[in-house]
Parts: sequence; structure tokens; C-alpha cells
Amino acid sequence: MSGPGLNDFVIKIGTVNGTGSASANGLLMKSIFRMGIPVVGKNVFPSNIQGLPTWYEIRVSGDGHAGRSGEVHMMVAMNQATYDQDLAELATGGVLLYDSTWPRPHLENRPDVTVIGVPLMQMCNEVVKAARSRILMKNMAYVGAVAALVDIDLNVIRSLIEETFAAKAKLIESNMVAVKLGYDYVKEHYDSPLRFRVAPLDKTKGKVMIDGNTAASLGCVYAGATFGAWYPITPSTSLMDGFVKYCKRLRVDEETGKNKFCIIQAEDELAAAGLIIGAAWNGARAFTPTSGPGISLMSEWIGFAYYTEIPVVFFDIQRTGPSTGMPTRTQQCDIQTTAYASHGDTKHIVLYPSDPNECFDFAVRSFDLAERFQTPVFFLSDIDLGMNDWMVDELTWDDSYVPDRGKVLSKDDLDKMESFSRYLDVDGDHIPYRTLPGTDPKGAYFLRGSGHNAHARYTELGHEYQEVVDRLLAKWASAKTAVPAPVVQNAKSQTRYGMIAIGTSDAGATEARKRLEADGMPVDYMRIRAFPFTDEVEAFINDHEEVFVVEQNRDGQLHDLLLTETNVARERLTPVLHYSGEPLNYRFVYDELIKRIKLRKIA
Amino acid sequence: MTSFVKPKIRRHNEPLNELGLARADYEGNMSTLCAGCGHDSVTAAMVRAFYELSIPPHRALKISGIGCSSKTTSYFMNDSHGANTVHGRMPSFATGALSANNDLPTIGISGDGDSLSIGLGQMAHAMRRNVNMLYMLENNGVYGLTKGQFSASADLGSLPKKGDPNEFSPIDPVAFALSVGATFIARSFSGDRQQLVSLIKAGLKHKGFAIIDVISPCVSFNDHKGSTKSYAHTYEFYSKAVHADYIAPSEEIVAAYDEGEVMPVELHDGGYIQLRKVDKDYDPTDRGAAFNRVMASDNANEILTGLLYIDKSQPDLHQTQNMEARPLNEIPYTELNPGADKLQALQAEFR
Repeated sequence: MSGPGLNDFVIKIGTVNGTGSASANGLLMKSIFRMGIPVVGKNVFPSNIQGLPTWYEIRVSGDGHAGRSGEVHMMVAMNQATYDQDLAELATGGVLLYDSTWPRPHLENRPDVTVIGVPLMQMCNEVVKAARSRILMKNMAYVGAVAALVDIDLNVIRSLIEETFAAKAKLIESNMVAVKLGYDYVKEHYDSPLRFRVAPLDKTKGKVMIDGNTAASLGCVYAGATFGAWYPITPSTSLMDGFVKYCKRLRVDEETGKNKFCIIQAEDELAAAGLIIGAAWNGARAFTPTSGPGISLMSEWIGFAYYTEIPVVFFDIQRTGPSTGMPTRTQQCDIQTTAYASHGDTKHIVLYPSDPNECFDFAVRSFDLAERFQTPVFFLSDIDLGMNDWMVDELTWDDSYVPDRGKVLSKDDLDKMESFSRYLDVDGDHIPYRTLPGTDPKGAYFLRGSGHNAHARYTELGHEYQEVVDRLLAKWASAKTAVPAPVVQNAKSQTRYGMIAIGTSDAGATEARKRLEADGMPVDYMRIRAFPFTDEVEAFINDHEEVFVVEQNRDGQLHDLLLTETNVARERLTPVLHYSGEPLNYRFVYDELIKRIKLRKIA
Repeated sequence: MTSFVKPKIRRHNEPLNELGLARADYEGNMSTLCAGCGHDSVTAAMVRAFYELSIPPHRALKISGIGCSSKTTSYFMNDSHGANTVHGRMPSFATGALSANNDLPTIGISGDGDSLSIGLGQMAHAMRRNVNMLYMLENNGVYGLTKGQFSASADLGSLPKKGDPNEFSPIDPVAFALSVGATFIARSFSGDRQQLVSLIKAGLKHKGFAIIDVISPCVSFNDHKGSTKSYAHTYEFYSKAVHADYIAPSEEIVAAYDEGEVMPVELHDGGYIQLRKVDKDYDPTDRGAAFNRVMASDNANEILTGLLYIDKSQPDLHQTQNMEARPLNEIPYTELNPGADKLQALQAEFR
């Protein structure tokens, strides 16, 4: 198993939320990244603004693993309320760093752990006058202490601080003073660096540290989305924050100062859905970011857009359900909901990005697919992907990209036509032509969520109704050749075991697969990237005797979706379920697979 | 059952509007509402208003929610894009549609159930945003399609066709609109074609959110004795406090009016609306006074009609959003793509 060792260990920082620790933690992670070492950051925070425990986990992974390891080797315990829990979580041989301004002898109870006390608050009080600044400076002091312990380059820390406070030069020195307080104290009183530490590498060139929501918001900008509406909900809010920020920067006419976009904060999720559906009907590329509770509220509109064939994009940044659930913890619990959202027979296109680079790419593809197939498209992310910084290849853009606006008739097109029928399958591809309001009298049609025939007229005739809904099903099924294909990592040797995952289960699944293979247990792995499932999915399952379906929910939603939407035998699929709300770690997947593979060998 | 296409009957020498279109060109499918329904009169008034304003039908949007009133969107202007959306959610759809292209005159059609119960929130927020649309609230006090349950506009003590009298206080759309901030608020009666057409024309020309609360009796479920939204009741208590006439900018405004009786109000396109006031001191630009007048009428059991409030000074949604004049759906992608170089540059903060 992994670490701790050189460029291979996990630091976890426990603080109180609302104390400004996020920037200190970001600084630590970024410093390691700037030293050329791949790093993973996970924020575990409460649904609260101030005063509750919050943690930040930094995994240093010279090998470039993208997920959590499941162990903690250094605990930076800055919250007295969670000392016991934090101490218990440390792996054998780990190090606990705490603020010894208030000594806690009982922390020495674990003989297998080294406790390092640094009087952070006391030192800061002696140097810093303002009370508020003292708390912030204490954060910088623990950055210094950690830097000394794991050998982070102080010059790198300094240059990051300089960039952050470029506009407030005074703060650069005061922050560095605090960093040095912690750094020097450790150097003076303890042997450092530790056995596990960092050493510069060259593995982060061409990489960025970015969260999925920011990357997706950039995808919306580059896709040419002009209309966004949303109702604030964790953890999707930062997606719209990003869209607002980049539109203001990139979409305001330089000469007139006028906006080439429209963003509306809706009164609720129902309105957000109505807003984007209205805008999309009238020809704007429109989207809304939301989370599970929002999807529940939007469901009536989703069925409307499905049945009336309006291209809209829903970004579902999943959080732990049901109901309010644990709003700041992660899960993949809307797999079933998004596949079939709304009453009646409805089936949707859903994309499953697994890292921020793919968030950018899939955001663009979502709009293309929505307009090509004239239907709602779901972009299924989660809080782990949306709100944590991931190290990925820098985002790139091909300026030759042309949006696929689908089958929209212009005035010229209409002039050449005898008549226009909105829901008629003219080309035999199940996709009808649409018109935008205001184009031409011949293009006018009446949009209705009630029963309609191929000519968009109201109907209660069974055969007319069926003609339309049968076409909708065929249209949805035909999307499987257009959605992103699965990605397969095959074992080097033949194996009867397969594994399937989507989205953020990928990092843990990928690492577990590598380690299982190294330990003599080869497993083939398929990452599904979209629904409807492509034909490869069924073939992959049938090629293996047992396929582990790794996902982050209680009920095995992907497992069930595979059973419903393919013809595979139930016995082939084994759910591997992680649903504590914490991001998946590879160790969980590894242990679960080993257990089941051994069971099978005994049988 | 399918929808009935109404045959177009062209008469000789029928009057044409500035576009060369006859009134029949503004008609739609055959109404499937009950004979004598107030809503059909409202539909006829809308046909006349659009015709008289010479709005090309294909350049207008008509959007509705769910209910008897919402069905009427398909009974006029077949050459317009129309949308019969989701119960109580017409305002959000209309707001989105207008955001994508604000060049299209937009009429939203709703009823008292669609607006005052399930859709109260959305209606309020469309008012707050001052969305540039005309919102027709065809108000009959009952749920017709589900056969006669009271709506939130039913008056205290009003009797249903069957069952107990209404015991909950009504929501008055006009008082509500006054408090929320709508910038054009009117009330009329489906039986008063002349006033209704004038108000619809003025509402369409108003730049911002215009609402007309139209008392429109339900002949099947709310036209009996004891109902306060019946034809008989409305005629008896009808009070034309303020009479409105829309005059297009091309027409000379010569109507001699007596000081204190007629007040011309200039609209954004240069047209005028004339308010004939019964009450000498009535000022439709004073929100507080309007509120008092509406309350006084309510207390006197009068149905006060006409243009009750107008505020032309507020920016509409398009302006508060600082959007460029060109519709969003006409901006070419080349202007929306920031380019590969910008993407590379903006990632500096992520390195």
C-alpha cells in the first residue's frame, strides 16, 4: 500500500470554519504543486458559515494519483473541539501538529504517533496587534510549521504570497513574518524535515489546479451560452459565480459596454428551469446549475422540455441526499433521477465528467448534444469534482469550433418549403426541424406540454400521440452514437474481473486497479461517460464473469441502471458502494474488490 | 379530439391595417371553451388590439400556463409562436423567451388559479423584474377545468355552484401588483370590449410589466346567484373609475378634453393613452393614491376599472441587465468565443 514516504503522504488540516484557513490551506497545496509535485486537495466542510469544524486534506502523490488514499500521515490539528477525532484518524507512524499555546498532554496517549506542539497563537499574539489579524496570521504560522516539517520551499511560498497580495504590498511582509514564526520554531525545536517530505519534481508542467465548477463555467462561455438562470444551492453556486465572472471579463462589448449575455437569479428552481427553457425555445444557448433538490423541483419543467423538444442544459452538482441530506458532502445519488427525470415516460441524455478538464469539454458537448437532439441534457458532477481543486492538463480551445445548433430552419429554408410541421420526422433520423419565433409566419407553431401530433396540434388520438413519443424514444436511443464513448483500461493479462465506474469514482477505481494488478489481481476497468449507454458497455460486461460497479450511493443506482438499460445477466454485476459523504478513496475500492475476489476463489 | 382549425372567412372590402392584414389574419383556432365564456370576449379583444396596432403576427409571442384562460393562446394569431407551458409558470418561460429576443411583443395569458395560487410567486417576480410584457389575468374566481373549485380571487362569502361559501379572503391582483411594483396596472371586464381593447393596446405599448386584471365570468361554474364574479354581479357593481383610450402616435390628438376629466399619458413609443377620470383628483402615476382608490372601491363593493397605475420611469429587465440592443439569439458565435489565447491567459491563476 501507499506511503508515507518521499512525495507520498497525506496532510490533513482540521480548523474552524470562518477563520480564513482556506487560503492558508490553498497556499500549502499550491506551493507543493509549484514544486512540480502532483497533489490532490479535498475540502470537507460543514453546511455553516462560521464556527463549525472543517478539514482540508492534501495528498502529495509523486505518482500522480488523482484521488484520496484513505490514510492521514500528518494531522494539523487547529481545532480543539476535534482533537480526539483528529488524533484517532492518524495512521501509525503519523505526526500530529497542534497549537501548544494551550498544552494538551493527553494528546501523547498514542505511542505510535509523534506529537509536535508549536505555540502558534502565543507567538502571533506577541507579534501581531489586531485580534482579527492574529487569527489569520496563526494560519500562516501553521503553513510555516508544515513547510519546515515536510521541506516545502519557502521561496515558493513567498512568490505565491506576492502574487496574492500584489495590490497590497504591506501584507506580503506581514504574512511572511507569520510563516517564518512557525517555520523557525519547528527548525529550532524539532528534527526536520520528517521522513515523509517533498522533493522537487517536474510533473506539473502544462497542468493547472482548477475545480470542476470553474472549468464547467468556462465551458459554458466557450460553448457560446448566452443565457443562464439559477437559484443558489450548494454545491452548484460556484458554477454560476464562474460564469458571471468570465462573462463580465470576456463578454462585454468593448465599445458600448453592453452585455452579450443575460444572467438571472431566479426566485426558485422552478423559475430557473422555466427561464432557461423559455430562452432556449427562443434560440439562446441556456443552462442552469443546480443540485439534487433543485432537480426534484425542476422535474415538471424537465418533462415539458423533453416532450416539447427544447434544448437546455442542466448542471447537477450532486450532494448527499435524500432531502436536504448533508449539503456539503459528496455523493453520486442522482444517477437514476437524472436518467429519467419527470413524470411520464421520459429518458434523458446524461454526461458523466470525471475531472475538471472533462468538465470543460463536456459542458461544451452538452450544449451541442442538447441542440442536435433537441432535448434536455444533464451534466452530472458532484461536490468533490465541482468544488475541489484537481490537477489536470491545462484547458485548451480549438478556435475552429462551430457550435452544433441542430436542425433550425432559417427564413430562406422556410421560403422553400410548402409547409412546416414541428414534430414531423422528415429525414428519418427521429429529429424534427425547429423554428425560432419571429422568423417567418410559415414557421409559427404552438408549443404545448399537452398531447400533440407531428404537426404540433393538440391531440387525444392514441395513434397520433404514440407516433410522437415513439419517435422521442428512438431519438434518445440514437444519441448513444453521439455521446462520449467509454474509456477502458485493460489489465495486462487476461482476467475474468471487470470494474465499471463513472465520474469521481474514477480516481479511486483507477488507482485501485493499478495496485490490484501490481499485487497479482488483474481487473479490466471501464469508465462510462454518458447515458444512454453505448454498445461497448454491454459487451464489456458480457466479456467478464464478474463486474464490480463502483459508485457513491447506497442503492447501487448505476448498477440498477445497467440492469435496466442493457441485457446483461444480474449475476454478472456486483455493486461496490461508498456513501459516507466523503470523497471515495482507492483503499476502499481495493479492499472491497480483494474481499470479493477472495470469496469467489474460496467458492 | 384534435384541435379545430377555424376556416378563414374573407369578406369583400374588409378593412385592412397598415400591414395590409385583415382582422381575420389575427384569428386562431376555434375556441373549445363553453359558449358565452368571458375568455372568448377577451380573445376577441386581443385580436382587435393586435390588428389595430399592426403588429405582424409572426413577430409576437403568446405564452400561457395551464387552465381555461391559458388555452386561449391557441384561439388567436395562428401565425405567432405560442406556448402553452406549465401550470403557474408562464412568467418564467416568458421572461426567458424575452431575454433571448426582446424585439418580440409578448403577451402572457393566465387565470386566477394560474396566477394567484400556484403561480403567485412567479407573477410577483416578473413584476419585480419589470419584464417587458403584457400579462392578461382572466379572472373568474374558479377553477373551470377541474369543475368549479374556488380560486384565490373568490370573494369572501361568494357561493359556489355546489357546496359551502368561500371563507378565505381574496387576493386582489391589482392591490397585489401595486404593492409588488408593477409599472402598468389596469382592470377591465370581458364584457366591455371598447375599454379592454384600449387597455390591451396600451399595455402592449408600455415598456415594462403591464398587467390587466380582466373580470371574465365563468358561465359554467361561477355565473349563478350568490357568485360575485357573475355577469349579473359584475354589471351591477361595475365602476368605470378611469377610462382609457389608446391613440397611436400617427394620429393627431385632438380629442378635446375637459381639464380634470381627461388626462393624456404619453407612452414610450410616442403614443398616448387617454384616461377619462370620474374622480377629478385621481392620479394614475401615484402608487399610494391608486392603492387608496382601489381599497375604497373594494369597500364600496365597486369593481374599479381602467388604467389604475402607470410608471414609465422604471427601466425594464433588458435595461437593468445592461444587454445590448441586438437580441441574444442573433449574436454570431464569432462574437461569443473569447478565443484560445484568452483561455490560456486566464489560467495563470490556476498554475
